[in-house]
Amino acid sequence: MTEKTVLNATHRALGARMVDFGGWDMPINYGSQIEEHHAVRRDAGMFDVSHMTVVDLHGARSKDFLRHLVANSVEKLKAHGKALYTCMLNEQGGVIDDLIVYFLGDEHYRLVVNAATRAKDLAWIEKQAAAFGVEVKERPEFAMIAVQGPNARAKVLGLLHEVDRPRIEKLGKFAAAAAQGPHGMPLFVARTGYTGEDGFEIIVPANHAVALWEALAAAGVVPAGLGARDTLRLEAGMNLYGQDMDETVSPWEANLGWTIALDEGRDFIGRAALEKQKADGVKRVMVGLVLDEKGVLRHGQKVLTANGEGEILSGSFAPTLEKAVAFARIPAGEPGAVRVDIRGRELPVRLVKYPFVRDGKPCEGI
Amino acid sequence: MSEIPGDLKFNKSHEWARIEDGGLVRVGISDHAQGQLGDLVYVELPEIGSSVKAGGAAAVVESVKAASDIYSPVSGEVVEVNETLNDKPETINEDAWGEGWIYVVRISDRAELDQLLDAGAYEELVENEDH
Repeated sequence: MTEKTVLNATHRALGARMVDFGGWDMPINYGSQIEEHHAVRRDAGMFDVSHMTVVDLHGARSKDFLRHLVANSVEKLKAHGKALYTCMLNEQGGVIDDLIVYFLGDEHYRLVVNAATRAKDLAWIEKQAAAFGVEVKERPEFAMIAVQGPNARAKVLGLLHEVDRPRIEKLGKFAAAAAQGPHGMPLFVARTGYTGEDGFEIIVPANHAVALWEALAAAGVVPAGLGARDTLRLEAGMNLYGQDMDETVSPWEANLGWTIALDEGRDFIGRAALEKQKADGVKRVMVGLVLDEKGVLRHGQKVLTANGEGEILSGSFAPTLEKAVAFARIPAGEPGAVRVDIRGRELPVRLVKYPFVRDGKPCEGI
Repeated sequence: MSEIPGDLKFNKSHEWARIEDGGLVRVGISDHAQGQLGDLVYVELPEIGSSVKAGGAAAVVESVKAASDIYSPVSGEVVEVNETLNDKPETINEDAWGEGWIYVVRISDRAELDQLLDAGAYEELVENEDH
């Protein structure tokens, strides 16, 4: 059965093209996907991300539990509301999911996990939490709207209660705080996102979500679908779970080494496997590709290197760059001249450091 | 969606054929098809002088979302391609029935035209797909 967010009728009324995404009936675009992409890069766009799963953890040993559960260290979270991006691994060091952890108190953390992995994530988290006496509480009564773009914060701030504005304006990157929205609705405003632009991700009680969406639209925020969200995050160099990594891939192989904290004396799930993999040498690496010729890089295309074949993970036409870019996983070592097989033709591609785009502009060397 | 021109013939796979003078047939994709594909970013045109077969892959259109084969409605020799699409693939999104044509074939077997859907039958096909 397909699930619907509380904004489903709103999307349909806007004429959105709807698709199944991880069991959810979601808008892929409302009109031109490319125009929605540009709206986010140049002004402000909004995405219904209510399909994502919010999970609250409560308990005296919540911190100990997260020290065990995730590969990044929650010790980094000192200030109330601070957020951490991390992977949750299995014993083999494979990625069960990537998620954001918010610090809401010594005995209260909030997790936001992917929609497509909801059931297995909850089962895994609950199984691990038992030993720590931590309560795992899904919050399906919340909707979530991501407002992204250079003008996104200003447009959201204008809708907040006056007394909250200065505080939310000063909110640092990767931090969240509570605020009052239109008609006094209670919001959880996080300065996070999945587009490479500044902005907020707002958790709102589902019964207020349509009113918030309409207030944002009235403030000039453009509705954008999952299609634009995908090209924006790819340009921004951000992984998509299930496409760029899964349970057979370790963070080392998904360019997520920066999210692994090998801090002294912390026994997190998958640590032994990660340390062994690092000591033995990581066999596969994830790289960025740019195609300067005409054509489009796509998931599943074969990548030819001096050390053997690899594969394109996420690939697409990048609207900001007006050419195709991709992530690929290839054998480690000096790759030589890299080519991609597109329908039987081998086209040369450039290996680049990504992100491809940040804050509206192509990065150097792209 | 814009109205389906009555003079066109169709493949079930959403390509149109317009019969022109001198045994020439102009080929494109329907407005419905471009809407389904979304913003087009690349078109791989057939080569002039190459031969295409009815029902065979003759060109490729790529949207942001996916690559799709274009199946030729009729067999014959390609005599003209729409070079505009090399720089402006979005022409198909903007005017699928007109400026967004893809190639022109000198038809080798006129009987193939009878196998294609007329505008009314195509409209019915699209309506059934939408529901």
